[in-house]
Amino acid sequence: MTLMTRVFTALSLAVLFATPLRAEIDITEVESPGGVNAWLVEEHSIPFVALELRFKGGASLDQAGKRGATNLMVALLEEGAAELDSRAFAEQAEALAASFDFDISDDAVSISARFLTENQDEALALLRDALTQPRFDQDAIDRVRAQIVSGIRSDQQDPDFLVGQAFDEMVFGDHPYGSPIEGTEESVTGLTRDDLVTAHAGALARDRVYVGAAGAISPEKLAQVLDKLLEGLPAEGLPQAADIDVETAAGVTVVPFDVPQSVAIFGHEGLARDDPDFFAAYVLNEILGGGGFDARLMEEVREKRGLTYGVYSYLVPKDHAALYLGRVSSANDRIAEAIQVIRDEWTKMAENGVTAEELESAKTYLTGAYPLRFDGNGRIANILVGMQMDDLPVDYVNTRNAKVEAITLEDIQRVAARLLQPDALRFVVVGQPEGLES
Amino acid sequence: MRRLSALAGACLLAAAPLHAQTIEDQVTTYQLDNGMDVVVIEDHRAPAVVHMVWYRAGSADEQPGVSGVAHFLEHLLFKGTEKLAPGEFSETVKANGGTDNAFTSFDYTAYFQRIAADRLGLMMEMEADRMKNIQLDREDILTERDVIIEERNQRVENDPGALFREQRMAAQYLNHPYGTPIIGWRHEMVNLDLEDALAYYERFYSPNNAVLVVAGDVQPDEVLALAQEHYGPIPRNAELPERVRPSEPPQMAERRISFEDPRVAQPYVMRTYLAPERDPGDQRKAAALTLLAEVLGGSQTSVLPQVLQFDENRSVYAGAFYSGLSLDDTTFGIVNVPAQGVTLEEAEADMDRVVADFIETGVNPAQLERIKFQLRASQVYELDSSNSLARRYGAALTSGLTVDDVHEWPEILQSITPEEIIAAAQEVFDRDNAVTGFLRGAEEVTQ
Repeated sequence: MTLMTRVFTALSLAVLFATPLRAEIDITEVESPGGVNAWLVEEHSIPFVALELRFKGGASLDQAGKRGATNLMVALLEEGAAELDSRAFAEQAEALAASFDFDISDDAVSISARFLTENQDEALALLRDALTQPRFDQDAIDRVRAQIVSGIRSDQQDPDFLVGQAFDEMVFGDHPYGSPIEGTEESVTGLTRDDLVTAHAGALARDRVYVGAAGAISPEKLAQVLDKLLEGLPAEGLPQAADIDVETAAGVTVVPFDVPQSVAIFGHEGLARDDPDFFAAYVLNEILGGGGFDARLMEEVREKRGLTYGVYSYLVPKDHAALYLGRVSSANDRIAEAIQVIRDEWTKMAENGVTAEELESAKTYLTGAYPLRFDGNGRIANILVGMQMDDLPVDYVNTRNAKVEAITLEDIQRVAARLLQPDALRFVVVGQPEGLES
Repeated sequence: MRRLSALAGACLLAAAPLHAQTIEDQVTTYQLDNGMDVVVIEDHRAPAVVHMVWYRAGSADEQPGVSGVAHFLEHLLFKGTEKLAPGEFSETVKANGGTDNAFTSFDYTAYFQRIAADRLGLMMEMEADRMKNIQLDREDILTERDVIIEERNQRVENDPGALFREQRMAAQYLNHPYGTPIIGWRHEMVNLDLEDALAYYERFYSPNNAVLVVAGDVQPDEVLALAQEHYGPIPRNAELPERVRPSEPPQMAERRISFEDPRVAQPYVMRTYLAPERDPGDQRKAAALTLLAEVLGGSQTSVLPQVLQFDENRSVYAGAFYSGLSLDDTTFGIVNVPAQGVTLEEAEADMDRVVADFIETGVNPAQLERIKFQLRASQVYELDSSNSLARRYGAALTSGLTVDDVHEWPEILQSITPEEIIAAAQEVFDRDNAVTGFLRGAEEVTQ
């Protein structure tokens, strides 16, 4: 390190703590007359609103034998509602220049809406119809189902998809987490309109909805529109899926597939979002395999040895299980070496933790980068919903950096020994890896 | 005539979102004495900034035989200078709470950092340093060459769709370097060496070949002062070559390619036509093509999906695509992903039939008005991301356009008539300029 940069770093530390984050993110809690809660960041300089709705549960609510039902249901929300058929619905959204993205994950159905202030009442009325009165017309079901089946077939030829599928299946088996949310060609083909109506009532219920908004809308207006938006949805939906333990054994599982570059996922049990050690684990992961070029895995596997374009690790605190995972891809004749380097780094950090310098550097980055996340209305609405689903208090944005700062070297060493389990570190490899066998 | 069109313009404006501030209000431009262009985009909502330096040099500016060297050099710019050790650039950005990266395209190479606004000077100091002072040792080069080969494995070799694209592009351009992939042909990448990278660096990396874009919580005059301090002292390169690439001869025969790969589960047909790009002061034809792509295949309600996916159920997906942002001739594409039981030959005929019918019938005025309203609304939505605004100006200014061209573009789009869209279609859909590609699995069953 040269003198120049050392000076910069010292300078930056002094300035960083002075960053006036509190003033920038002013969250208003809103409760509608009907009892729907929402968090809002009011921002009137650009005349539009980003609205994020999330229904807890998602694809893991699929019932036995109906895998893919929630996914197909969500894909059909924009394919006709109330008086409008699929085409008329799309034309109306275009005429308003509103966009509604309907998405699904293991644990949630997400709706990301964006609409102009000047026609927000019409846009929200259209969104309400999609949420509360989807038509599920048979021709739309057949058309969208064919697209999903086409996607499923392509996924089965995609090494990136196959590796995730194999890892999930190994860890979660018959639990909904153990199979792709799209379902199989067979399960999707067997779904009926009744299955979609059932999935809709089970997943989109008022007892599980979280709302975040950012942009040019007042709290009073938001409170007023929320009831209308969700009116007609059932009060209660399906019970949430069961929790499941994560158990893995050290070793390698090879899924043979004819590609020049092997793709691997590795990992074992992680920590829940509400675990008291989660913050320390988050900081630790930043040092081991976070986004930067200076993370240990990136440094050892890419920068020193040129074995990959990218290697990362990440905490995956799902609602019903917690994982600690990583990803790497290397040519078939080099993946074995990459895996050995990753194993060594895992063991090294489990035994020795991190250095004081690494910890300081990670803290400076994480605290400095945090305000950069609030980058636009859509991102802010997203963060607001995520905070509510994680059961965080409204002042979290102002206390979060202090929590990062409070992590000590001892915390990290303790959590390293707890979180990192070389004896459980499992690799699943898709490709034609040389020198690796299941 | 003049009054009439002004009136029509007024009507359009009245239908536009009210009270919308426009991007012009937020943009200030300068040029340093050494020729470096400066674009400042103000956005004071958050105390952050994005700092970008764009070079008017991409993969299409490479010499023959060293494909991939522009992108290789981009990686090597993180490997240190006389002042900074390898990796120290990114470490310093991180230590200041920022993120950084870079990207390479046909027409540009760009480096960027997102960071707290009060660190802008530090970013400029480091970026100016590596414009001229990189220091590379042979071992760094070899390791990083392995990295870009793994990058190619990941992006291309493992993905038959990406391999298919390379083959189509190579067939599309008979003479122009857009036919060579940005990441490089593998057999040339494995031989890239230090001299190749340095030759490219010395040829193209200089202030008079660069555009500085700063977007965020900054004052234009302060940005200018910082730019003068950090970039100003770098001398211009008097030997910067004029930017002229080998151009296309008249294309006189359609090319047809069939790419088979056992990893393809969903076959499709794609055809691209050589098409004009946006030129400075001359963007009308590109605007008509942009709207043509929207009308034909830009959304669920556009012509190709409406007929093939909705009315006839013969396609899983059908669409059209065009981007006018390019220094030299670009392409206009149509694609059809057939439903089960429809062959690729039939899918090609389907897509041609729909396009021919469209040219015969003309543009649906209601559809065109929806598209134009969405374009006007996008001028509001885009203000939400200073990062993507910064990218727009950087890409435009390195693709031969001026800031005025960027600002005039939305109005040009609004002024395009249905007749111009049809005329653009008739001109662009010339099979002599086209590459028709079939992508299929090894054992496609013809039904």
